[in-house]
Amino acid sequence: MSRFPESRLVTACVLAAGIVLTAGLAQAGKFGIGHEATSEEVAGWDIDVRPDGQGLPEGSGSVSQGEAIFSERCAVCHGDFAEGVDRWPVLAGGRDTLKSDRPVKTIGSYWPYLSTVFDYINRAMPFGDAQSLEPDEVYAITAFLLYMNDIVTDDQFVLSKENFTTIKMPNEANFIDDDRPDTPTLAKGEPCMSNCKESVEITGRARILDVTPDADEEGGGGID
Amino acid sequence: MSKQKQSAPGTVQMPARRAFLKAGAAAGGAIAAGAVPGLASATGNPENQAPNVADWSHYLGDGVDAHPYGMPSEHEAHVVRRNVEWLTADTQSSINFTPLHELDGIITPNGLCFERHHGGAAEVDPADYQLMINGLVDKPMIFTMDDLKRFPRVNRIYFLECAANSGMEWRGAQLNGCQFTHGMVHCVMYTGVPLKYILEEAGLKTNAKWLMPEGGDAAGMNRSVPIEKALDDCMIAFKMNGEALRREQGYPARLVVPGWEGNMWVKWIRRIEVGDEPWHAREETSKYTDLLENGKARRFTWEMDCKSVITNPSPQAPLMVKGHNIISGLAWSGRGTVERVDVTLDGGKNWRTARIDGPVLPKALTRFYFEFEWNGEGLLLQSRAIDSTGYIQPTKDELRVARGTNSIYHNNGIQTWHVQASGEVENVEVS
Repeated sequence: MSRFPESRLVTACVLAAGIVLTAGLAQAGKFGIGHEATSEEVAGWDIDVRPDGQGLPEGSGSVSQGEAIFSERCAVCHGDFAEGVDRWPVLAGGRDTLKSDRPVKTIGSYWPYLSTVFDYINRAMPFGDAQSLEPDEVYAITAFLLYMNDIVTDDQFVLSKENFTTIKMPNEANFIDDDRPDTPTLAKGEPCMSNCKESVEITGRARILDVTPDADEEGGGGID
Repeated sequence: MSKQKQSAPGTVQMPARRAFLKAGAAAGGAIAAGAVPGLASATGNPENQAPNVADWSHYLGDGVDAHPYGMPSEHEAHVVRRNVEWLTADTQSSINFTPLHELDGIITPNGLCFERHHGGAAEVDPADYQLMINGLVDKPMIFTMDDLKRFPRVNRIYFLECAANSGMEWRGAQLNGCQFTHGMVHCVMYTGVPLKYILEEAGLKTNAKWLMPEGGDAAGMNRSVPIEKALDDCMIAFKMNGEALRREQGYPARLVVPGWEGNMWVKWIRRIEVGDEPWHAREETSKYTDLLENGKARRFTWEMDCKSVITNPSPQAPLMVKGHNIISGLAWSGRGTVERVDVTLDGGKNWRTARIDGPVLPKALTRFYFEFEWNGEGLLLQSRAIDSTGYIQPTKDELRVARGTNSIYHNNGIQTWHVQASGEVENVEVS
């Protein structure tokens, strides 16, 4: 079988047309490379969900259904109460900690949109068996996590495509756009080159913590 | 250290500070003039040195094809990526670090480019590979690897820095080694297709404002990229430093987002959806947002600000000998070129402008040197970079005043290395 698509003639025509049409924004098919995706091909991969609900599949799931699935598929890492095991992510709690020295950034305390929970579970969880959950299961786990974060308080709550966008996350208003630079720049003058300080003292040493990997100790902070 | 034995993969030990001390004590023998007691350079085997003639001068070495894919000398076996186990829960969703202190110039060898995976490194067969473009396009399209290689292609050198590079240092000096404090960066030459050619092949609708690149790995990594950036300088790359992408860097194809945080450079890229709004995916809400002291969090903090670090000397690479020495380091900016790098030996009292050598390219690593005489006194080394936008690399304290210490990401503060009289180097902070 030929490696070349049957549309070589068509391609040649498009290329010829392209010579006329290349100015400004290119036309579709300028190079005649690739093939059109079928709706079935797109449907198989198009799994993303946006805050406005675009991309949500049909389906629904309850808090109690979610609790059962979570216990079986998720709790080994995240704990029965979404409290996190070892260094695996804590998913619930942490409200009113964002200004503290040790903020606990959970779905309830930090995440701005519920769609992110659905999208992430649906594409990446359970860890090591991604894209194995049915839509109803993802709705159910999401409902359970809303309940564990006190965002819904009714243990009979059912999350569905229809009521999904009515759920607002408590920390949404605390996200702001990038406003860097937030430190001095050349616009505020050349940097000092000589006699810039009277004295210099060492104020901290890595050795005090000694968490570099040839030591057997653990440090604070993280990259998550 | 030149006689270090090659260890089995995974057990390679870094010649860290204490290892250096042991080596120095064990080396014995003749010590070079000016050498620092306790940290003497390895002196080698006299039987291989003049006036004697070494075995390798008598006997034949390996023939061609002994190593069909060449690897570094066994004497370089310690030059490897390393991770920090306590940082993450497992190695599939984890990171390791480029050994910056062992490298020079501006190009990172492919096998030493740091790795960051969220669902392990996918093994994708290029014969099966497909890149789908869908959403707000005239025609949803699928491109194979053969398709991608028929587009006009370009070669570009760019750094890639994880937004969390230096993220462990917000609360103070923590890790002894520029590999660990600054090693989430690498710089290679990418060969690939300008993303605009691929998007135009599908035809962007007039309301196309955002893209969502998505990985084919088990994390399905997805981010939102504004259309202006995509049409400006983004690429779909399939080569790095002339050869196919390494598996851990997204083989067979990845997104290149020059100057912007590494998390957006989606590896094993399988799909790009075109939309009119951002997606607010997990990696741009729960993660890769910068929590400030007042509880607000910056989102879409894409650009990597101007930054520099002295790679030598540093805690893993002590000063060995008094007299003439070279300070070497790297500087970079996600907003343009590095215009200038200043170096101080006294913790910021006095600065001298360093010598830049090699290419100075936008959004690429830039190499600087500063030659000096070391008389054995303690030093407090820092470097400070300025980029083509006039941005001056800030101190860590300036960043803390602006942001607090909970940001995790985008720590581009000035690094201080304390060189002690022994030649040992420690990660410190200064007033």
